[in-house]
Parts: sequence; C-alpha cells; structure tokens
Amino acid sequence: MRSPSWRRAVWTQRLALSSLFLATMVALVPAVVVIGLVLARGMPVFSWKFLTTMPTHGMRAGGIFPAVIGTLELVALTGIVALPVGVLAAIYLTEYARDHGLTRLVRLAIVNLAGVPSVVYGLFGLGLFVIFCRFGASLLAGALTLAIMILPVIITASEEALRSVPQSFREVSLSLGASRWQTVRYAVLPFAVPGIMTGTILGMSRAAGETAPILFTVAAFYLPRLPTSIFDQAMVLPYHLYVISTQIPNVPDVQRYGTAMVLLGLVLSLNIVAVVLRAHFRRKRQW
Amino acid sequence: MVSPTALATKMHVKDWSVWYGRIQALTSVSFEIQERDILGVIGPANSGKTSLLRSLNRMNDVDPTFRSAGQITLEGRDLYRELDSRQVRRRVGIVFALPLPLPLSIRDNVTYGPRLRGERNAARLEELTERSLRAASLWEEVKDRLDLTAMKLSGGQQQRLCIARTLAMDPEVILFDEPCSGLDPISTAKVEETMLQLKEHYAVVLVTNNTKQASRVSDRVAFFLMGELVELDRVDVIFTAPKDRRTEDYVTGRFG
Repeated sequence: MRSPSWRRAVWTQRLALSSLFLATMVALVPAVVVIGLVLARGMPVFSWKFLTTMPTHGMRAGGIFPAVIGTLELVALTGIVALPVGVLAAIYLTEYARDHGLTRLVRLAIVNLAGVPSVVYGLFGLGLFVIFCRFGASLLAGALTLAIMILPVIITASEEALRSVPQSFREVSLSLGASRWQTVRYAVLPFAVPGIMTGTILGMSRAAGETAPILFTVAAFYLPRLPTSIFDQAMVLPYHLYVISTQIPNVPDVQRYGTAMVLLGLVLSLNIVAVVLRAHFRRKRQW
Repeated sequence: MVSPTALATKMHVKDWSVWYGRIQALTSVSFEIQERDILGVIGPANSGKTSLLRSLNRMNDVDPTFRSAGQITLEGRDLYRELDSRQVRRRVGIVFALPLPLPLSIRDNVTYGPRLRGERNAARLEELTERSLRAASLWEEVKDRLDLTAMKLSGGQQQRLCIARTLAMDPEVILFDEPCSGLDPISTAKVEETMLQLKEHYAVVLVTNNTKQASRVSDRVAFFLMGELVELDRVDVIFTAPKDRRTEDYVTGRFG
C-alpha cells in the first residue's frame, strides 16, 4: 500500500531533484549563451587579417593587431615577474616558515589580497609604479600591477603543489646529507612544477582579461606603432574593447564582437592549457 | 675469529633521553654501537626504537618539538655539539621502513647523495653506482636498465635500491628502521643477506618488529620497553637465557 506519507516523500524527492537540476542549468546556460552570442556575432569579421592588421578609420574598421600583441606582451611580462616571486614566497611558507604570528599574518594578507577589487590594484599601480617609480604608463608598470594582482593565485597554487609532494621525499633527501635548500631544490620543487605551472597559467589568464588594473598603468587609447620597449605604453584587448564599445561612436557591432571573441578565445585557451596540463601530469605522476 | 671484546666502539650513547613536546620517548639510555657488528633493537610499539634510531643520525632535528638530554658520540666526537647535522647524516646512513625511492632513475637515486655533496665526475659516479648496487645485491637485476625510473622496480628491489643509495654515501654506520616490514619473505631473505654482508665493513643497527629476524641476523640484541633499555646482550643470551623477565616474555611471545 502506498501511504500518503510515502507519496509525499516521492514528491519531495522530485522537487529536490528538479531544483538541483535547474540551479545547475542556471550556471551552464549563461556560459553557453555568452560564448554562442560572441561567436555568432564576431565570426563574420574574424580572419587572420583581423588579427594581424592595424585598425583603420578611427578604429571603426581594420584589425586589432596592436591590441593582440600588447596583450600577449603584457601577459608574458606579468608571468615573468609574478612566477619567481610567487614560487619563492610559496617555498618560504611551506618549507621554511614555522607556524607563528608572522606567517599567519602573511597568509591572511595573501587571502585578502585575492579579495581586493581590481580597480584598487589599478589605482595602486598608478600611485606606486607610474608616478612614484616614474615608470610612466608602460608595459612594465602594467605588468607589475597585474603581477601583484595574480600573486595570491600563484602563491596559493604553488603552496598546494609543494605540499602535495610527499613528506618522505624530504626525509629521504635530508637523510642522504642534503641541506634544506638542496632538499627543496632537488627532492621537492621538481615534483611540484606541474602544479606551479598550472597555477601560473591560470593567473596569467586572469591577468589577460582584466581591464581596471591596466586602465591607468599601461593601456593606450590608440597607438600607431607597436611598443618597442617595456617603458612604452601599449594597446591591450580588454581596454580596446572598452574603447570601441563606449568611447567611439558608430563602431560596427561586428568589430566589437570580433574583439570580444579574440579576448575570450585567449583567456579560454589559457584555461584549457592549464586544465590539460594538470590532467596530463596527474596521469603521469608516479607516487 | 675475532672475539666480541676486540670490536672497536663506533658510537657511544650515554644517558640519552628524548622528548617530543611533553611526551618522553626515551629515558636515560646508554649503550655502544660497535664496528663490524649488527645490533638488533627489538621492542613493542612505542618502546622508543624509532626515536633512538632518529637520534643516531639527527633526523629528529627537523621536528621542532624534539628535545634531548645526554650525549651521543661518533668516534669520540659529540654528535649534537661538535658535528654538523649534514656531516652526521652522511656518516650515519639510514634505510627507512618503507622502500622510498625518489621518482628518479635508478642511477640518479643511487648517486643522489654523492652528487649533492659535489661529486661531478661522471666516471667516478658510474663506478660508485655499480659498487653500491653490487653491495646491495641489486646490480645483476638492474645493470641493463639504470635509466629506468626506480618506481618500476618491485618493493624488494626498491628497498635494496634504498640500501645502495645509502651505501653510495660511504657511511660508517648504517641504521635500518624495520627494513622488511613491507616485503615478502623472499625479498626479506635477500635484504637480510645484504645486511650480513654489510656487517663486514660497517657498524649496523637494525630496528625490527620481527623478533625472528633479530635472532637471525643480529650479533647483539637490545630490548626496549616504554622508552627504557631493559636488556642488551649477545643474541644467544637474549633468546635463550635473558636476565630480565620482561625480555623473556617478549621474545617468547608471551608479552601483553
């Protein structure tokens, strides 16, 4: 016999299942729609030529070459600055620092650094690098600002990677007469490299997509030439998109969506590289 | 035939006590480690065997809660006051309970210690690799695949690789921390055979949970209980006519 309480249980079950499913769809749908919309509207303009030619007609036509190059240079420079600092900090925190007041404060600072709004980083970069250090608005100032922004990502990922190396490797290395630094260098760090790389790429992908931190520190409205040194300003994709979407009248939709598509493609492919890399090394891992 | 009294003392442990935080692991232990001799260390869990072993090559140093009292000397020099911890670990090698090769090639595992000590000469490293692997009775099994990752070896082979890795540092004393606890009987027999060969040149300390193993390979046996050294004597005395009742109970399996 099916009692009323049994039927109620069935209905509760169905209701719960459908709300769980709906919530999941709510997360999925926007991603699909955004990517679909950008692809559909941007594809017509997308071509090798779009990527490799200068903008023309007051950026209402032509390509986005300088913004693509500027973004790649900026992101690479950001990685070059942030990677060593992040890894060294992570090594200190996991391998050397004892758990006391100072290290707890540092950890708290790192967590909070990750929560600072990106426009604040922009303002900070303007004050410190552009004005105080006299770098001016330049690739260097922008990269340093972005590097500080992604430092928490790299430190956290590197710490996790270092901690996942078995404690026994350290014991073995020390027992063979290695110093603490030799142990880190030869018995820990090599096995943490995949995790560190993954974290760094994710950080760089975040840096590639941000607008606020580069607004005052590096981004140029329009430059007729490519930057030739790290002290030059540069055009960058997110800011270029902002400019042609809001600052210039009568830019054809297709130019905007084409730019958005390239930016999205860059960020997504960095993320995919990170995910694939992680999966690859996880499969290959021997311990 | 060398009589036991003619053996030279390699290490001297005097009134040695160990604490981890507030917990005392060893209480005023005194004994000697002799050259060309295997000292078996037996006792139940928590008897202080591993604390003792880790004291003998300063592996305890990495634990911030570790404290000690008393003195350990290596050829008359104080381990904790006169010698540097890296020096100590080179001269007093350890083989851990589980086979713990690093995920490197067989060759790189063996030469890990010497390379970090600064040995760069390829020919010398090559010669050292062969000599160490031979001494650990592993050479014949791996000589054609030295560049294979050590993780592909069997458990028994990995443990002999770890012995070779310790030997490659040319230590004076070798500590074994239950080296056969994860091995099958045949691998165990091979490791035991290796230990008996090593005795010809080194002072060996073997901590084991396997009383039979202690009786098979040791020259002298020390019985530890709750952080104290209950009895230390020649192996035949410990297993046939121990002086302490607790030792007798333990070796005959009547314990606990």
